[in-house]
Amino acid sequence: MTRASGSIRFILNDTEVALPEVSPTETLLDYLRLERRLTGTKEGCAEGDCGACTVLIGRLADSGGGGEKLVYETVNACVRFVGSLNATHVVTVEHLAAKDGTLHPVQQAMVDLHGSQCGFCTPGIVMSLYGLWLTDEKPSRAAIEKALQGNLCRCTGYEPIVRAAEAAAGMRPAATFDPITRTREAVTARLKHLRATDTITIQNGEDCLIVPADAAGLATVLAEHPSATIVAGSTDVGLWVTKQLRSINPVVFISGIAELQRIERSDAGLTIGAGVSYSEAHDALTSAYPTLGRLLDRIGGEQVRNMGTIGGNIANGSPIGDSPPPLIALGATLTLRSKSGARTLPLEDFFLAYGRQDRSPQEFVESIFVPALPAGDLFAAYKVSKRRDEDISALLAAFRISLDQENRVAAARIAYGGMAATPKRAKAVEAALVGQPWTEETIRAVQPAFETDYQPLTDWRATGAYRMLAAKNLLMRLFLESTGETAELRRFEEVA
Amino acid sequence: MDKSTFEDDATIVGPMHARLPHDSAHKHVAGTADYIDDMPEPVGTLHGALGLTDRAHAEILEMDFSAVAAVPGVVCVLTAKDMPHSNDISSTHLHDEPVLADGRVQFHGQPAFAVVAETREIARRAARLARLTYRDLPPLVDVAEAQAAGGELVTPPLTLGRGDPETELQRAPRRVKGQMRIGGQEHFYLEGHIALAIPGEDDEVTVWVSTQHPSEIQHMVAQVLGVPSNAVTVNVRRMGGGFGGKETQGNQFAALAAVAACKLRRAVKFRPDRDDDMIATGKRHDFLVDYDVGFDEEGRILAVQANYAARCGYSADLSGPVTDRALFHADNAYFYPHVRLTSQPLKTNTVSNTAFRGFGGPQGMVGCERIIEEIAYALGKDPLEIRKLNFYGDKESGRDITPYHQRVEDNIIRRIVDELEASADYQERRAAIIEFNKSSRVIRKGIALTPVKFGISFTLTHLNQAGALVHIYSDGSVHLNHGGTEMGQGLYTKVAQVLADSFQIDIDRVKITATTTGKVPNTSATAASSGSDLNGMAAFDAARQIKERLAAFAAERWQTTVDNVAFVPNHVKIGDQLIPFAELVAQAYAARVQLSAAGFYATPKIHWNRSSGRGAPFYYFAYGAAVSEVSIDTLTGEYQVERADVLHDVGRSLNPAIDLGQIEGGFVQGMGWLTTEELWWDEKGRLRTHAPSTYKIPLASDRPKIFNVRLAEWSENPEKTIGRSKAVGEPPLMLPISVLEALSMAVASVADYRECPRLDTPATPERVLMAVEQLKRGDSPFQAP
Repeated sequence: MTRASGSIRFILNDTEVALPEVSPTETLLDYLRLERRLTGTKEGCAEGDCGACTVLIGRLADSGGGGEKLVYETVNACVRFVGSLNATHVVTVEHLAAKDGTLHPVQQAMVDLHGSQCGFCTPGIVMSLYGLWLTDEKPSRAAIEKALQGNLCRCTGYEPIVRAAEAAAGMRPAATFDPITRTREAVTARLKHLRATDTITIQNGEDCLIVPADAAGLATVLAEHPSATIVAGSTDVGLWVTKQLRSINPVVFISGIAELQRIERSDAGLTIGAGVSYSEAHDALTSAYPTLGRLLDRIGGEQVRNMGTIGGNIANGSPIGDSPPPLIALGATLTLRSKSGARTLPLEDFFLAYGRQDRSPQEFVESIFVPALPAGDLFAAYKVSKRRDEDISALLAAFRISLDQENRVAAARIAYGGMAATPKRAKAVEAALVGQPWTEETIRAVQPAFETDYQPLTDWRATGAYRMLAAKNLLMRLFLESTGETAELRRFEEVA
Repeated sequence: MDKSTFEDDATIVGPMHARLPHDSAHKHVAGTADYIDDMPEPVGTLHGALGLTDRAHAEILEMDFSAVAAVPGVVCVLTAKDMPHSNDISSTHLHDEPVLADGRVQFHGQPAFAVVAETREIARRAARLARLTYRDLPPLVDVAEAQAAGGELVTPPLTLGRGDPETELQRAPRRVKGQMRIGGQEHFYLEGHIALAIPGEDDEVTVWVSTQHPSEIQHMVAQVLGVPSNAVTVNVRRMGGGFGGKETQGNQFAALAAVAACKLRRAVKFRPDRDDDMIATGKRHDFLVDYDVGFDEEGRILAVQANYAARCGYSADLSGPVTDRALFHADNAYFYPHVRLTSQPLKTNTVSNTAFRGFGGPQGMVGCERIIEEIAYALGKDPLEIRKLNFYGDKESGRDITPYHQRVEDNIIRRIVDELEASADYQERRAAIIEFNKSSRVIRKGIALTPVKFGISFTLTHLNQAGALVHIYSDGSVHLNHGGTEMGQGLYTKVAQVLADSFQIDIDRVKITATTTGKVPNTSATAASSGSDLNGMAAFDAARQIKERLAAFAAERWQTTVDNVAFVPNHVKIGDQLIPFAELVAQAYAARVQLSAAGFYATPKIHWNRSSGRGAPFYYFAYGAAVSEVSIDTLTGEYQVERADVLHDVGRSLNPAIDLGQIEGGFVQGMGWLTTEELWWDEKGRLRTHAPSTYKIPLASDRPKIFNVRLAEWSENPEKTIGRSKAVGEPPLMLPISVLEALSMAVASVADYRECPRLDTPATPERVLMAVEQLKRGDSPFQAP
């Protein structure tokens, strides 16, 4: 028996869809393949790592000047729930070619330059290249590689795909040719219309899907359903469903809540709404903390960055989340809200123990405040993983160091991921550094203090011994870089 | 007669040697190429899920399915006892590989039951509700552990030998012994395993399977069901990648789908989740190589002894021929005057390892190249100098005999290496790198040039055969079928080019059809790089037969002789008449000429006696070489491949575009194997890297920053292969051994290149950093940060 108020309504290619009944854990991929028989989108891994299921999702976003703009982003359909799609435009590979079969430039370039072999990853790769084609008319190799970070190909070695991306960039037939460009205005109008003004609830037996329309609605929902699972980007929760087959009822989708999507800049720092994705936060974060850019570009693949939120990365409490260590080093604070009000705490205090955070069931993460970096402070974040891109960190180090007039360490905030059961500060190292001259001798002298701070585990990502050694060496990297020495590999000089 | 379109220089579209896109490229990019999961399902299709065990070695005391059966939508649970005739799918017929574990678990994750339900999701959820009770037995997981425990083997080992290595090792001026670990590899085909079985009349069943070996699937399904092979038809149009992982590993899914379909009289599909696929199907073997080499002060090898121990898993599967091929490539391109090579296919409580592109050859070759490095570092020389000194010589040199007593008659490795050394500026770059390393504290560089010589043919001689079935319909359109399977390598395109070329018709007149056991029987796996060699020749043979009949008919009808009949672009020239091809076909049909033929090919010349270790198992060799340059970060072990240059031999290429793709793709896949792809088992024997989140294959940003790949365009196969081409599937996988050795050189720089870093594989950042630390802890005066 279904009890519903409202439907999930979105546009699929050129068809409007209204779903009054949908399971809270139905993935977009299953919906496309099983219900719509749109089989161009493939399942390769069902965990957001291979990109074979890549589709574009168009949504209305803050244009900065108070207005709205229609943006299209690649996402992994395998971990995207249908319940989160209200007022979006889903574009699959079937939508690209013209009705007469003429291929889109990105498709034609892939054929001409031999970008497919077995062809199974190809629709996903075409969609990633299409996402790039829409936004970048002359992509650099770095930009192309970044656009392909979330797509695995086991056959081609990628070289022909990169060449196809370059070739397609120059192929711009009339705007009417491109299915997205052609319909921008109409879709924008339609999506405005599809936006819900009230909470959508769809209940069927134990299954319960709730889409609050605003933050107040979310607080109310959580007060009524303290056991609810809050889903923002679903890049983590998606796997609870596809891999662990967990029941996560009731499910509250918050990706449409505009208040949680805001980024506010002031002299004091940045306030980032909990629903802001990595991609949306990228420019604000890199302009405030330039050295953070290289780390941000190595978190997940493009699809994951388009979905995943910094708020979610914090709220799930993982010891290997990539955003907490740099935010802790920067002195960030977290604001939690519930129906009874809001409270703010230092981010590092949020992580209590492995799998346990300082959040009551009725609370949700509202925003993160990141203080501005004082002029002259050293700040760097280094990620170490088996594979450079789209990998989970073996360890991650973040440093904020203030030096005084005599080149002594006046203050130090150092936080690591992957070294303990939570993201954790290296307080022994910090204490050993403060007051010391910023020299190689000091670095060597304080390195043993890491053993006081951390006793890292051995697992499939790295041995404890390697984590410890690399942790010590990353402090040396910071020092060497601060003195102008090359101590880190760069694939490209520019940061995309 | 129509003469309007004929010109002397007219050509057809898509002959042999043309750069044609993959035949399915348009469908790939449009999302309209159907893989098995994309096909419309028959009404009422049921879905299966595997029930995996969670012990590495145990007796199963009880299996309780009450909670499984209670789930609405569950139709049945299958166990070993439900196999109608046989629970065995061992490809070797050693009866060591059950469809479902029968009382004994031999690896963590071995399937013990299967759930069939109305939807895939219900089957997956229900399968987790079974309660199994076990009595644990001690597991042997690691290869060294298995070796130390007495070394039980899954299949008989091989010994290759010549001369008196024992004595020569003792007499050699210099001698080095060492050990190397070489990691395994997950195939990570993007399309996982899948089988869809549809029951037919009587005992018939049709199975669509993502497989490289339809005939074996057919025979295994027949064996499990207890029906003759003629009752089973196996089809596959395309796979989303295979790489050897679908040579035998599809048997299980096909057998389960067929058993359930025949039992329930409904179509049944098995598509395991990626994690189950990675846990329950075999991988590339990891090896532990012990080597002992004697050499002179110049670096000339005098004698080699080596033992290649492999983690085979719990059953034989293809471990015999895989470990054999490791020994066949333990010489790579080098002459060993005295040699003894032994294989040790060890039984372990892990998933049964299987075929993977290169089939043991890569591991043999990596071990061999380690020996070269040992000699070079021991003598303080450039490894390339040692390589050149030890290459096989020509016929008169007395240095052309392999450890298996086959003569290397087609050796072109010197020319390839010399050309590449020059075109890639190897010497200048190496000198510059040594200079760079002197002044760079943290970042170090390395460069290496490594050769590849790879033997082409199945070493089980009888597998070197193939069939094709060609029809011409009365409208002149051609239907092509052969025993090879398409997994992305472009085989269908190449064989279609052979037919277009033979008949001299445009390739769009040739319809490529799904591989099926109903059209071409008793086929070999599409494996051993042999697809186009074997099936191309079989299709060529079928075309020859039809052309002979057409020519005889034309000669009779136009009152001339067959040597006055010629197949010219889209036409047939009969005397001075020019008839459109389709018109001749229509007339031949009306005159009751048979327009269909079954072609056949068996590779000539090859022979092999395994017990004596003597013969000529390979029809020819494919050659290649690569230069790779890397940078490493000595603080973290992270690295990147700055540049790779490849010169590779494919004989006279059937399709240079496809061949280049095979080389580029093989290089990156091999690079992944040697660098970031790490299989990690825990102490309980659980594979913990069973998804792309934990198992890291290369991304676009891992490929060499500069990547120059060229074909050795002057090369032509001296043997009479199709179009004088050479096989291309596997050989390029070994080109990135140059990446491993370049990493090794960068590591060696921290101790002034005086010591061989002995970098094991995969050379993850961790292994690179630990190798750096080990050298730094040595007596190096160099003080690095």
